[in-house]
Amino acid sequence: MSTVTIEAAQTRIPERTTETTAVEDAPPGSFVVTLIIRRYIPETDDEPRWQDFDVRVLPTDRILDALHKIKWEQDGSLTFRRSCAHGICGSDAMRINGRNRLACKTLIKDLDPSKPIYVEALKGLPLEKDLVVDMEPFFEAYRQVQPFLIANSTPPGGRERTQSPVARERFDDTTKCILCAACTSSCPVFWTDGQYFGPAAIVNAHRFIFDDRDESAQVRLDILNDKEGVWRCRTTFNCSEACPRGIEITKAIKEVKQAILVGKP
Amino acid sequence: MSLKSTQLPTPTPSKSRTLRPTSLLNGRISLPKRPAGTVYRGREGMWSWVLHRITGVGIFFFLLVHILDTALVRVSPEAYNAVINTYKNPIMGLGELALVAAIGFHGLNGLRIILIDFWSVGTRNHRLMFWIVIALWIVLMLGFAPRHLMHVFGAQ
Ligand code: HEM
Ligand code: SF4
Ligand code: FES
Repeated sequence: MSTVTIEAAQTRIPERTTETTAVEDAPPGSFVVTLIIRRYIPETDDEPRWQDFDVRVLPTDRILDALHKIKWEQDGSLTFRRSCAHGICGSDAMRINGRNRLACKTLIKDLDPSKPIYVEALKGLPLEKDLVVDMEPFFEAYRQVQPFLIANSTPPGGRERTQSPVARERFDDTTKCILCAACTSSCPVFWTDGQYFGPAAIVNAHRFIFDDRDESAQVRLDILNDKEGVWRCRTTFNCSEACPRGIEITKAIKEVKQAILVGKP
Repeated sequence: MSLKSTQLPTPTPSKSRTLRPTSLLNGRISLPKRPAGTVYRGREGMWSWVLHRITGVGIFFFLLVHILDTALVRVSPEAYNAVINTYKNPIMGLGELALVAAIGFHGLNGLRIILIDFWSVGTRNHRLMFWIVIALWIVLMLGFAPRHLMHVFGAQ
């Protein structure tokens, strides 16, 4: 906390009145980064607009921390969703430097802090306010694939449905989904055709189609064997690259395609 | 020591919170540079698909014209010859180069997409396969372009 730091920070952002207090607490190794956020407040804005914010951050801070600092210290009207802040609730997917990411899993040091960081809402879902989109079309597609275990028969032995580790492994990858919508809203097909089920719905159908305890695989395959189903996939891999859980989404979609063509392996 | 939320300085309320309440409190307002949002930064997979669609639609329209002009030979060979002769100029020659480039990319990348869909580890190797497609396409074009351009621009 040398005077140099204070001066540097002040020349960088001279119009900031609260900066002096903030800088006195500035942790060593912190620096100022510019976030350019796409704002939209339906009551006052006709069009979304870009707004710059300078925030003092540590390299190990996450974009979510920067958004919190802006909301708490600079502009309380900044609106975004977050709940867990630890990559498990799926609330804070947004477009960071042009790619869908969870704000709570994106470290400043993994971006280029010498350049401004662009933050905007997910694409392809209706914009409600600032970084918040209407997730309803996304969940509607999710519900349609019947994402729950359907087993009407009496379990063998009458007590529980056991599953071998090998059978569990078959759909392990797609159990990891947190329904953040990063994948679906990264898909060029979904941007132009909102009727497309989208990667997340297919991932969650895959989760049950390949579960050997489930008895409704064929129902889901019929649902997805639709003009707006798996055949819309153009293998752009945007979904696989966006998924914060590292799910191999394009592979899951391909497996559903093949199960429709030749039946479940 | 970082700030506790209880110690935060309260932002000075702005006098004129009329039109845009958020922008007046703090921060510089940048004019909407790109109000439509940024272009999604997809990688090889996305751009190969963009190229695949552009080349696919391009080839489609070429084929449409090509079927029509070829069908003309049944109507009148003279008319056919007349039409084909109008193609023999440098602009059409460059068009042919573009056509071969488009078909070359579309065909090679089409094989890549088939491998993604049907080869068990296709999805894991799609990026490598994209660069193989580009390499093969460059080799193809290096073989074709010089000879073709020599024809078009009259050298022997
Ligand atoms: C050289 C032989 C060709 C091969 C191997 C090939 C392969 C393919 C494949 C695999 C696709 C599916 C793409 C996807 O799933 O995203 C496709 C799409 C397409 N092809 Fe071809 N194709 C060939 C020739 C042609 C020709 C001659 C035309 C024009 C008449 C054409 C026009 C298209 C179009 C318009 C699409 C749709 C692109 C899209 O949906 O994004 N292709 N091609
Ligand atoms: S598949 Fe991945 S990106 Fe898509 S909703 Fe689930 S966790 Fe998010
Ligand atoms: S806040 Fe829960 S996933 Fe980011």
